[in-house]
Amino acid sequence: MSVPFLLEIGTEEIPDWMIPAALASLRLLFEKLEIPHESVTLDATPRRLTLRAEGLPERQADSEERILGPAKSAPPQAVAGFARKQGVGPESLTVETTAKGAYYTLVRKVSGRPTKDILAEALPGLILRINFPKTMYWTGKSGPRFIRPIRWIVALLGEDIVPFEIAGVRSGSVSSGHRRLGAREIVVTTADYERRLRDHGVILSAEERRNRIAEGMAGVRVKPDNALLETLVYLTEYPTPITGSFDPQFLELPEEVLVTVMRHHQKYFSVADADGRLAPRFVAVMNIDADPDGFVRRGNKRVLRARFNDARFFWETDQKKKLADRLPDLAHVTFQAKLGSYLEKTERMMALVKELGGDADAVRAAELSKCDLPTELVKEFTELQGIVGGLYARAQGEPEPVWQAIYDHYKPESMEDSIPRGRKGQLVALADKLDTLRGCFSVGMVPTGSRDPFALRRAAQGVVKIIVEGRIPMDLAPYLAVPDGSETRSADGKTVGATERAGPLQEFFEERVRYYFKDIRGFQYDEVNAAMAAGWSNLVDLEARLVRIQNLRPTPDFEPLAASFKRIRNILEQAGFAEPDGEIDESLLEPGPEKDLYEEYRNIAGQPIENAIGRLRPKVDVFFDKVLVNAPDARVRQNRLTLLGTLLAEFSTIADFSEIVTQS
Amino acid sequence: MLSFQQIIFKLKEYWAQRGCIIQEPYDVEVGAGTMCPETFLRVLGPNPYRVAYVQPSRRPADGRYGDNPNRLFKHSQLQVILKPSPNDIMEQYLASLEAIGIDLRKHDIKFEEDNWESPTLGAWGIGWQVMLDGLEITQFTYFQQCGGIDLDLVPAELTYGLERLAAFLQVKDSVYDIEWTEGVSYADVRYLDELQYSVYNFEAADIPTLWKLFDLHEGEAGRLLAAYDPKAPDKRRFPLLAAYDQVLKCSNLFNTLDARGAISVTERVGVIQRVRKLAVGVAHAWVDQQWGRPPGLPVEKEEAAQ
Repeated sequence: MSVPFLLEIGTEEIPDWMIPAALASLRLLFEKLEIPHESVTLDATPRRLTLRAEGLPERQADSEERILGPAKSAPPQAVAGFARKQGVGPESLTVETTAKGAYYTLVRKVSGRPTKDILAEALPGLILRINFPKTMYWTGKSGPRFIRPIRWIVALLGEDIVPFEIAGVRSGSVSSGHRRLGAREIVVTTADYERRLRDHGVILSAEERRNRIAEGMAGVRVKPDNALLETLVYLTEYPTPITGSFDPQFLELPEEVLVTVMRHHQKYFSVADADGRLAPRFVAVMNIDADPDGFVRRGNKRVLRARFNDARFFWETDQKKKLADRLPDLAHVTFQAKLGSYLEKTERMMALVKELGGDADAVRAAELSKCDLPTELVKEFTELQGIVGGLYARAQGEPEPVWQAIYDHYKPESMEDSIPRGRKGQLVALADKLDTLRGCFSVGMVPTGSRDPFALRRAAQGVVKIIVEGRIPMDLAPYLAVPDGSETRSADGKTVGATERAGPLQEFFEERVRYYFKDIRGFQYDEVNAAMAAGWSNLVDLEARLVRIQNLRPTPDFEPLAASFKRIRNILEQAGFAEPDGEIDESLLEPGPEKDLYEEYRNIAGQPIENAIGRLRPKVDVFFDKVLVNAPDARVRQNRLTLLGTLLAEFSTIADFSEIVTQS
Repeated sequence: MLSFQQIIFKLKEYWAQRGCIIQEPYDVEVGAGTMCPETFLRVLGPNPYRVAYVQPSRRPADGRYGDNPNRLFKHSQLQVILKPSPNDIMEQYLASLEAIGIDLRKHDIKFEEDNWESPTLGAWGIGWQVMLDGLEITQFTYFQQCGGIDLDLVPAELTYGLERLAAFLQVKDSVYDIEWTEGVSYADVRYLDELQYSVYNFEAADIPTLWKLFDLHEGEAGRLLAAYDPKAPDKRRFPLLAAYDQVLKCSNLFNTLDARGAISVTERVGVIQRVRKLAVGVAHAWVDQQWGRPPGLPVEKEEAAQ
């Protein structure tokens, strides 16, 4: 007989963004119990994490335990002694033959444990092992830790309660309804659980809550925002959207500011008009079924008006002082204690933009890029840094390339985000990120594991994306050398200055470059390895080579030739042959396959590998088939190694083909 | 319609019925109800405690000369401490809103993650901001650490923003229009506070004098803490409460200097550390004085979270 299982962990409101990961963790922990089951479903609202499984056995399968006794040849006393020790008569023993000989054996039937017992034992530990980014204690400092206090637990296997206790809460069959739409205590069974919750104002399925929000917004031209939608799905047990309006005169403020207030501070969707411009309306999502008297709508409208008034006040106050006049103020804004103020950072960025080939507009944008940090609006809405600077620069008459570069220079904020729209913005963004990376690495602030307080991974990823997608022809290597902070002392004890080293930042970038091409762009890992082994500091060139390899790969000659290159590399390595230093001595070449290969090489040298591959491959194959590289005559041997080494070098400028994983 | 003072009466009455001592505001200037000894010291140690009080809270940098309808130099917090936190604390809290006339069936309530932290007090907790129809009306915190000490019993701290709540209930767009009591507006009672303290905090305060005062109060607190002897037989007489007042003075002077623009970003961290060191010192001495044991090493919160 198989039975269903229901586990509901009832808590106080869990932060919405942690819930999906918590469910994944709960699923994994449950699978690890290795209790057979047909299916598992996970659901959650802010106040409950629920796992439902179908088809669990009531008990685990019976098994047999074998206890090996004395050898068959042992005296009867020993046999009797073994039986006595096991609490059985000698007649219960059997003789079993093993690889080592025949032995008296006791075969004992072990009946499978009831699943309920296994669950009762495992669940308390399992629940407390659910992974959360931050936990708390609530019964006292010696008590358990969880994301928020656990207030009830439903644990049912079939009709039975799986009994256990966590932090004074005993498992049972009593759940809890919506705080305002349902009863505080509701008895559930595995069969009626979801329906009972619904009767008490809780929509258990996130998908259903998502649909309910979408349906409630149908007919309103809502600006799509999936992240906000997910937040609201996990912030509510019974979501209901309502639409409100605001005074159109606020539309004088930049759309970015209005949307940020609605999005980040009030969790409202913004609404567009027929032309796609911001309309003076918003959609709020309530955690209740209806707003019959309009109280909720009115309340939200008032809050929004107050927020917009604040924003307008800041906008107008900030306009009284030009961005350019704020530059000296940056001397008092710390970038990082060891790396000085934002004024110093700005100066470094301006120099870097120049070095990267930026024109006067780009340098001007770099100069003003951080001047919005001391403005009231950015202090209030930090997520608008850069954007506000760009808007102020525009309002203060800076030319379009300048204000756009300021506006865009924090981009890309993620791998999904686009890079700055113009070259000037790209250069300012590059300078900003490279300066942060170089600075942090030079004072030893290097990301470790999950700790990356300065978001250096994102910065490096942004650099890679900007260079590749902006097609910026630059050599990254010189920028990855950072002073390592340790000053070198000369023999007479005088400081001769900090040494530059490429090490850690170079490695850090190498990893980011690899990640970008492999995980974001979807190149095969061995293609990425092969191409990067031939150099990666010019990312535009690297991308071009990767595309070539990708195109070559399906051609019939590619993999065999790659295998041959691997063989050449092995031969050269075994021979201790580093790089071809001498010329190939034609007089030492043996007529036939060796000479043929050499001449083919002469013909195709300097040509792209795409043209050469079809002709080269048969010659290489025949060469390996017929010619002994390890010739008895040392001069001949050396000449052959030189031939192979030259060949390898010729085609390794696009990739190290020996990195390609081949079928053979 | 409930007046401002009626809202306060109702909430005090409500929490008094649930076992809270009703205290009056502390008589030293503070930035938040949490800083009063009734919270800061009472949450330490193994003794259960329940208290509620209104605390006028000074935030010099938030002053707007009485011009801004939502921002105040001095706002009023209703602070409730329930130690240990009862299992039905959420239900009790929601019922307190009903006690002041909010029909929860007709309004939207959300609990949104908001973890409170006070670097100057070495205190932090886990909790929410409570949103009523999109307006933040309460900060709800389960204290985890105070004065750098892991708490034996976990208190729930409820901080109601009284002006916001009153403006909401009375449907006023400006806090100054709130009816304090019949015929008397909030502006009548508090406008001059806002105007004059804004002038003082932003324009008139003498920076060297404030620094001198800061140093004096810091010195006095430090002197007392250095003199505290855990082995002294009569250590219960030792004026740690008075030492703590000096810490509060430092904290308020720091906030005033900050509003006056006298503290650079670089200095800021250092000054916060100075106040924190004193606050942590008082908390540790307090635990020793009251319960005769060292409080144990504080757990770094990052590690504790794992």
